[in-house]
Amino acid sequence: MIETENLTKKFWDLTAVDNLTLHVDDGEVFGFLGPNGAGKTTTIRILCCLISKTSGTATIGGYEIGNKADWLKIRKTIGLVPDNVGLSENLTAYDNLDFYGKIYDLSDTQRKENNKRFLEMLGLWDKRNVLAGTFSKGMKQKLAIARALIHDPQVLFMDEPTANLDPEASKTVRDFILQLKKEKKTIFLNTHNLDEAQRICDRVAIMNTSLRAIGTPQDLESSVSGRKTVIGLEQQVNEPVLGALKKLPLKNLSINGDTITFDVEDPDKENSPVVETIVLAGGHVRSINVVGSTLEDTYLKLLRK
Amino acid sequence: MRLSKAWIVAARDFKIFRRVKNVWSSIIIFPVVISVLFPVILEYLAVRGSHGLAAPGVLPNLLNSFSFFLVIGAANVPLGIASYSVVGEKVEKSLEPLLATPLTDGEILLGKAISAVIPTLVAMYAAAVVFMVGIDGVTFNTLGYYYFPNWNIATLLLVLMPVAIVMSVLFSVIVSSRVNDVRSANSFGIFILFPLLGIYLSSETSIITLDVSTLLIISGAILAVDVALFFLSTKTFRREEILTKWK
Repeated sequence: MIETENLTKKFWDLTAVDNLTLHVDDGEVFGFLGPNGAGKTTTIRILCCLISKTSGTATIGGYEIGNKADWLKIRKTIGLVPDNVGLSENLTAYDNLDFYGKIYDLSDTQRKENNKRFLEMLGLWDKRNVLAGTFSKGMKQKLAIARALIHDPQVLFMDEPTANLDPEASKTVRDFILQLKKEKKTIFLNTHNLDEAQRICDRVAIMNTSLRAIGTPQDLESSVSGRKTVIGLEQQVNEPVLGALKKLPLKNLSINGDTITFDVEDPDKENSPVVETIVLAGGHVRSINVVGSTLEDTYLKLLRK
Repeated sequence: MRLSKAWIVAARDFKIFRRVKNVWSSIIIFPVVISVLFPVILEYLAVRGSHGLAAPGVLPNLLNSFSFFLVIGAANVPLGIASYSVVGEKVEKSLEPLLATPLTDGEILLGKAISAVIPTLVAMYAAAVVFMVGIDGVTFNTLGYYYFPNWNIATLLLVLMPVAIVMSVLFSVIVSSRVNDVRSANSFGIFILFPLLGIYLSSETSIITLDVSTLLIISGAILAVDVALFFLSTKTFRREEILTKWK
């Protein structure tokens, strides 16, 4: 659905996005992670035809970004929830949506249906005649999402949709994104909330001007830092157990009192022989835990590179 | 450029203006002041008094000069509207989602212009009617005829006023792109009134006479300024600049 190849954006001598190559599949929730100034918003703006690219190519639904013949089709294909919600504060929630419905040439009936549908889905129908300026941050964010969906776009770009929201409002937004996923919408999610990305994204890309990594959250976690198995014994690790373990091809084996730790790639396959070896050497296993490096570990490691 | 799309933008702005006190007060106050004040001034200072201004030979020039205030008013009123219209979007950061829609820059700009021009024209034409009726009521006994309507005021209202309003709106759009709050936009916008005030003072000091031909020449000059400002404003209203430079 979204393809970029060597996409680059320079502001004079500053490179904001450098040779970005990625693809986002139809119906995928794609997380775009990176620190402030990493080029995430710039990428979204290029993909939404808001700013020009310096070089490279990008397409959405087969339509080419930068091709004047395609820009209208692209804009009808996409919806944007910008980092600043950008609502007309002196308009009611209903009028905010209705205005966008008119821009997208929805008929009166379609507009009424869609306004009602999205305001109800996001719990704002009772507040439809209230000025958007009086809304809480969470309500504004929901209204901005409804606005971006009013013309039923295939692709939704969301720039930090849960930033500055309280946990409850964040959860509502996340749940709504998952609901959109069920409806097969393609969602391009800019965020630096790693927990959020891990929970709702099918794949994530880590970006810091250039692309640092791309894959499922699980792939990224294991590819960079790997996972560790931590085995607890009922007594201190003794010489027979230690000697037996040293004969196994374990990576980064470390012993700390009654705890044995080693790197593992496939815990399901690799842990059984280790436990068996410990037991045969007279050890009594109390617990086995597989500890993964978190997406946060991966993210920080990649950004420090 | 699709006029229907520009109209959607303008219609939304009309709805917003209803709720912004500064905007509708600027639409109402200045026209009311002009339309009521000048007949009252004329009544008390010229006609009832003995200042010599009420002499039938002098009065038409004075009335033409007074009429020119309708143009100054017309240029003043949209300053508040256009400034709010553009700077308001900037403050609310509502331009980014708007720019991501299928609207072109020209359609957005035209919508903004329509939303500033139409209320101004309506308010100023209403003010002009009150002004003409008031002046006629005050000067009929002196002149022996109703001075308004005449070709002068027709030229002023139908030719000069619209081009002056457009000039003011375009100037406001340009100013608004360089400032971050409505008050600053208004303050800088006032500069567009100086040439018009200069014309008014020139007429009061008899350097020029505001007859039909002079009004047409002034209109032509302002139209040329409009064209120049239009090109300037389209250069200013570039989505890339709006998103990356407007803070």
